[in-house]
Amino acid sequence: MAEKENFDLLDPFSTIDLDVASYADGVKSWAIGNREYVQPIKAFFNELIVGIESGLHAVPPVIMLVLLGLIAWQAAGRRVAVLVVVSMTVLGLLAPNAWGLAMTTLAIVISAVILCVLIGLPLGILAGKSNGFETSMRPVLDTMQTIPAFVYLVPVVMLIGIGNVSGVIVTIVFALPPLVRLTSLGIRGVNPSVVEAATAFGASPRQILWKVELPLATPTILAGVNQTIMLSLSMVVIASMISVKGFGNEVLRAMGRLDAGKALVGGLGIVILAIVLDRITQGLGKSGRERGHRHWWQGGPIGVSLRLIKRATSKATKLDLTEERTTP
Amino acid sequence: MSSNPDEPVIECRSLWKVFGAKAEEAMQAIQNEGLGKLEVRDRFNCVVGVQDASFSIAEGEIFCIMGLSGSGKSTLIRHVNRLIEPTAGEIVIAGEDINKLPARALRQLRAEKIGMVFQNMALMPHRTVRDNVVFSLEVRGVDEATRNHVASRAIDAVDLNGWDTKYPDELSGGMQQRVGLARAIAADPSILLMDEPFSALDPLIRRQLQDKFMALSAEMNKTTLFITHDLDEAIRIGDRIAIMKDGILVQVGTPEEIVTAPVDDYVADFVAGISKLDLISAGKIMEPVQSFESRNGPIDPSGWPIAHPDENLNQLVDISIDTNHPIIVTDQGRTVGIVTKQALLRGIQGRVDAGEMTHG
Repeated sequence: MAEKENFDLLDPFSTIDLDVASYADGVKSWAIGNREYVQPIKAFFNELIVGIESGLHAVPPVIMLVLLGLIAWQAAGRRVAVLVVVSMTVLGLLAPNAWGLAMTTLAIVISAVILCVLIGLPLGILAGKSNGFETSMRPVLDTMQTIPAFVYLVPVVMLIGIGNVSGVIVTIVFALPPLVRLTSLGIRGVNPSVVEAATAFGASPRQILWKVELPLATPTILAGVNQTIMLSLSMVVIASMISVKGFGNEVLRAMGRLDAGKALVGGLGIVILAIVLDRITQGLGKSGRERGHRHWWQGGPIGVSLRLIKRATSKATKLDLTEERTTP
Repeated sequence: MSSNPDEPVIECRSLWKVFGAKAEEAMQAIQNEGLGKLEVRDRFNCVVGVQDASFSIAEGEIFCIMGLSGSGKSTLIRHVNRLIEPTAGEIVIAGEDINKLPARALRQLRAEKIGMVFQNMALMPHRTVRDNVVFSLEVRGVDEATRNHVASRAIDAVDLNGWDTKYPDELSGGMQQRVGLARAIAADPSILLMDEPFSALDPLIRRQLQDKFMALSAEMNKTTLFITHDLDEAIRIGDRIAIMKDGILVQVGTPEEIVTAPVDDYVADFVAGISKLDLISAGKIMEPVQSFESRNGPIDPSGWPIAHPDENLNQLVDISIDTNHPIIVTDQGRTVGIVTKQALLRGIQGRVDAGEMTHG
């Protein structure tokens, strides 16, 4: 009853203790108690991340450089391809181990982005279709974007343990919201009269989604993917606190030793990776009209090689024809 | 489905549409207490879009609904393929109440039986002209070879050969609407819904497309519901016209009936500026021979110009331009009436009092 005596109407909060913190601590002990149930799931995701990482490490840097250049050319054009190749060369020259660190970081980012798309796209479509779902999602997304990562770092580690999987989960929490928001925005932004026309010509809701809404929302959705990639990269330092390797770990260790040079290498590495990924994904997000209504396979290295093959085969058939004509 | 040729293809029976959260209650109040539009707005915060609309359209007929913006005509046309659900009343297409159709049957009806053209074209910007045109076939799962065949026929019908792999934004407005028309006729539906299809186009292109549409419509014998805010267009195209105002069909009739016998001042105002030359026939303005003779004595028809009762004012002017005599109107060799100069001039003004006594 001591509480009641000291209760002050003007300052009620100091005397009331709902003990939220200990409930939350209960979540932590629950997480520890249930560790074994999540282990198979963890193993699966770990497999995925390790697979991507070892794949990226297996490719010799020069070949990877060429591949990245070709991907950039296909996705965003020649200028971006040059920029990407130059940037990645600079990154490689930063330090002898920089390339390896970059591939590790890239593997984490790629895993996080793949999972973000798998989770975020359906959520975004639902949010775009249903006002109620959008309203209920909004506070969740706000929380995910603003809550300090350290708050959920501990429960995640308790449940799953340190390592790449936890790192990817922590990254997803922070990087998912823009994809959900922009997918919803893209679906809502589709011209309603086009949807009406599709309905009038007998399309089912599913056909409208796949044949009308998603294609028209693609540029906005890809802008969301771009934002997700950027945010994933900005999480690598925090993720390194739970033993994720790569540039983030480099920065963290340098900070501990006050090693400004090493921190700069790690920081620059992250920035260069960010620029490269940003330019490539921005190129993807151009609408059909901006690309002059060419299909993606009609431009870039694939377009060039397709044209070369076509020319070669047509030349060959022409030769055949002339041979036939000359030999009666 | 439609075995009886006299059965209307589209029938709209006392259709009501009330927009708003409390539409059902408002509808009850309208039916029980006879509330007006404004009372519904104030009491239920609902808007009455369509008010007790009834009409039927016969096979092959072009039925125009004419009204100013906000009169509810676009709302009304969207009930015919159930893009909008009515609050009360029913739409019957070929004997079937479409508001009772399950979703799958409704989609089939839309894809196979009803083609629609929109004022803002509503083409899909990410699809080529060809893929736009055969969209209704694609959603039905028709194979690509058939689709290409149908597409080229429809594109051919609207004179857009060679544009089939272009995208809508590479085409002019008039061409885009021709794609819209091709899309509507591609599946060879029996019904066409035209929602102000030519309103957004400039006058010359509009006239070209009207001609194109009338030629196609006559050739393919489509039952058409045509929405417009342009009375000239309605008169040019429609077999019958309905004038719509504030959600109510004020008058339904042939162009001639609308122009010569407007039911109220609103319709009269509309038709005031319309040229009657092609709409009023000799039969409407002629007077009986006896009444002419009672004023002017026995007639001596030698040398008088002769016309048929169906000939319009334009033709009557041509006939009588070189003479001062009245026109004799004969039907199958029998003299049925006389059109005086005065009656002709009054007829051009749109006043048909002279013939009214005998006609009808």
